[in-house]
Amino acid sequence: MDLSEMVESLVYRKPDSLRDVETHYCPGCTHGLAHRLVAEVIDELGMREKAIGVAPVGCSVFAYNYFNMDFAEAAHGRAPAMATGIKRVNPDNLVFTYQGDGDLASIGAAEILHAAGRGENITVVFINNAIYGMTGGQMAPTTLPGQRTSSTPLGRDVEVHGFPLRMCEVLSQLDGAAYVARRSLHDVANIRKAKKALRQAFEVQLNGLGFAMVELLSNCPTNWGMGATDSLVWIEEHMIPMFPLGDYKVGPGVASVGGRES
Amino acid sequence: MARELLEGNVAFAEAAIRAGCEAYFGYPITPQTEALEHMARRMPELGRAFLQAESEVAAINMVYGAACTGARVMSSSSSPGVSLMMEGMSYIAGSEVPAVLVDIMRGGPGLGNIAPSQGDYFQIVKGGGHGDYRPIVLAPATVQELINLTVEAFDLAERYRCIVVVLADGCLGQMMEPAELPPMRAIRPSAERPEWALNGAEGRSPNVISSIYLEPLEEEEFNRRLLAKQAEIEAHEVRFRELALDDAELAVVGFGTSGRVAQSAVKFARQEGIKVGLMRPISLNPFPYDALGRLADRMRAFLVVEMNGGQMVEDVRLAVEGKAPVRFYGRMGGVVPFPDEILAEIRKLNAPTEA
Amino acid sequence: MQTEIIISGFGGQGALFAGQLLAYCALDLDLHVTWIPSYGPEMRGGTAHCTVIISDDEIGSPLVRDPRAAIVMNLPSLDRYETLVKPGGVLVVNASLVDRQPTRQDITTVMIPATEEAEAIGDRRMGNLVLLGALLELLPVLPPEAVGESLGRHIPAHHRDLLKSNLEAMARGAALASAARRDAVEPEAVSPGAA
Ligand SMILES: Cc1ncc(C[n+]2csc(CCOP(=O)(O)OP(=O)(O)O)c2C)c(N)n1
Repeated sequence: MDLSEMVESLVYRKPDSLRDVETHYCPGCTHGLAHRLVAEVIDELGMREKAIGVAPVGCSVFAYNYFNMDFAEAAHGRAPAMATGIKRVNPDNLVFTYQGDGDLASIGAAEILHAAGRGENITVVFINNAIYGMTGGQMAPTTLPGQRTSSTPLGRDVEVHGFPLRMCEVLSQLDGAAYVARRSLHDVANIRKAKKALRQAFEVQLNGLGFAMVELLSNCPTNWGMGATDSLVWIEEHMIPMFPLGDYKVGPGVASVGGRES
Repeated sequence: MARELLEGNVAFAEAAIRAGCEAYFGYPITPQTEALEHMARRMPELGRAFLQAESEVAAINMVYGAACTGARVMSSSSSPGVSLMMEGMSYIAGSEVPAVLVDIMRGGPGLGNIAPSQGDYFQIVKGGGHGDYRPIVLAPATVQELINLTVEAFDLAERYRCIVVVLADGCLGQMMEPAELPPMRAIRPSAERPEWALNGAEGRSPNVISSIYLEPLEEEEFNRRLLAKQAEIEAHEVRFRELALDDAELAVVGFGTSGRVAQSAVKFARQEGIKVGLMRPISLNPFPYDALGRLADRMRAFLVVEMNGGQMVEDVRLAVEGKAPVRFYGRMGGVVPFPDEILAEIRKLNAPTEA
Repeated sequence: MQTEIIISGFGGQGALFAGQLLAYCALDLDLHVTWIPSYGPEMRGGTAHCTVIISDDEIGSPLVRDPRAAIVMNLPSLDRYETLVKPGGVLVVNASLVDRQPTRQDITTVMIPATEEAEAIGDRRMGNLVLLGALLELLPVLPPEAVGESLGRHIPAHHRDLLKSNLEAMARGAALASAARRDAVEPEAVSPGAA
């Protein structure tokens, strides 16, 4: 065999939008996967140098250690307000928040609701893992009925703690929301679909169409108390029935932009 | 009751339960979340109210609401969460309803970190929210004191119809020490709730709890009442601990964790023959101005030690009134000083040049 | 008299529990004691350490810079605490995870292959107790029998079946430490001015 004829072709590499660092996330956590998808999309759109991210308070509080772009760190729940401030003075930047379910749907419920209501031209990446990861496994607004957490030790009793909030369903009712979709990260086919939705959500912003959010059903092996593989099965068997996947809002003009699989 | 090995966060939560706390509202935040988790388990067991609120803004307003019924109610949080509670605290003060808050302070400003700090002194002791009010502030240094002061906090809150804040830090929240819990007190029957409380105007004229006084003279009158209450509190509720001060020429002043670290340093300094003692304020409002003032008459110098950039030291200077030099040693951002650092400061203070 | 002990390792190695066991025993013996853990946001694979202070008098600072003794369960812990142990103090090293010898000559050090020893007894998770047994052999702060009794009293119900092998693990650690001490040279005397 003539070695000189061999061509090396790169099939997989770290996106420019990600830094080359070790992860601090727990083994098996899907935060890393979500980071990668967002980074790939920003690379593909050629927007890395225009992007400004806003990190939440939660396990992804250090998102700026991974994303190779400008980043700010918000107070707990306030990322959409902060992103609003950034986008209003820098409309040409690609502004996005990356938020957990406690951050977005609990303490930051008012901020996300009003950013969507205003049709704020930002992109929101919403990680729904049905629990508070960073503080050690307390109930989230998305915790499933019956699910045990450290603050619902007998399981979430809807009589006491109320029902899970379905944020896509809620926000899709608002006129300001241009694109609202829910995807899952539990297997390869769904990861591909998630990426497509993220691309759509960023293109919506680039086209000035208004508020876009992609919710990603994610895991938390540590605080769910299970192995990584089991946690992916748990997403499929327990989370998806409560949080059905799909596009919840595809506003006027959105269908015509983006969404191409790359 | 026997001594048990208790973690600070669990200890104050259980102490509150035994003091008859009927409702707890909170939001998870390190380093006090174990208290919320203890409440999540225990309160429903006892048929009492526990709710994880959607935010600290909501939590303190739930406390405000429950307090209006005259029920014993509390929340706990840590610095960033306590910042969110400032609005609600002002409303509670402006309505004169009793409530208890435990702040397990952590490093700041901003998101900071989760390590022990005393950076909230100004915010808590001087009021924090808008308007002219001050909570009673109690600063424990041991798990036992944390327990005792939590129980007392409920009694004081009711006696003065005000907020009582138990101000501690991550060190005390996370550490385990032998301590004794108080016996379980019976919950006050709802028929015995105070007469100002909102429990339905059955057979009486309606009660109104509000903090609005549109007429400035009326608002001023209300503020005067708060001041009179503060004077009453200053007259009766000053608490502090003194150690080795009888023959001392130098006094170290520190509250909470920095106070107990200073205690070790004072012990070492005494072994070196330095005549130094410790004054540990326990009530930060009312502040032991008089006791410190009296000490100032016979001390050569003071050293104030805090886990912040210098906050309580301002009150010590007010108390000392220039009668002796007041030096400051602080560690910030979640750093707890070691005794040897404070010992080095005591030696400096003792050196002839400092006299 | 006050004794400070730091126990440090990876999360999951049982450093915090070993410290708590000392604290429970001190409680049972009516001594003063403080136990304070490191606490952090990293849930899995982070470091965990605790400081235990045992005293016959009221305890001031719950933290110390230079403990009388340390149990180090991994290399980062050895690197961090070897230099800090007070002269004349004790350092117990988990040889299973540490590939270098301690260098201090002025303290008593022992290398204990805790993981292998624990595995031999039946469960590698008992390495912490092997190391604790070794510590108690070299540092007479609490009588080992009393620690054993406290273990029986305070072990979580779901681990009760492990009690016997836990005691065995402590005894094994003590035996190894005592053998090591017989072989070792005494620490160099500390010069009076060194404090
Ligand atoms: C005002 C305030 N309250 C509470 C906290 C503590 N805190 C930090 S992260 C977090 C929950 C985050 O959960 P989630 O948004 O679901 O993200 P995850 O950690 O699961 O990724 C909380 C309550 C805080 N930092 N600030």
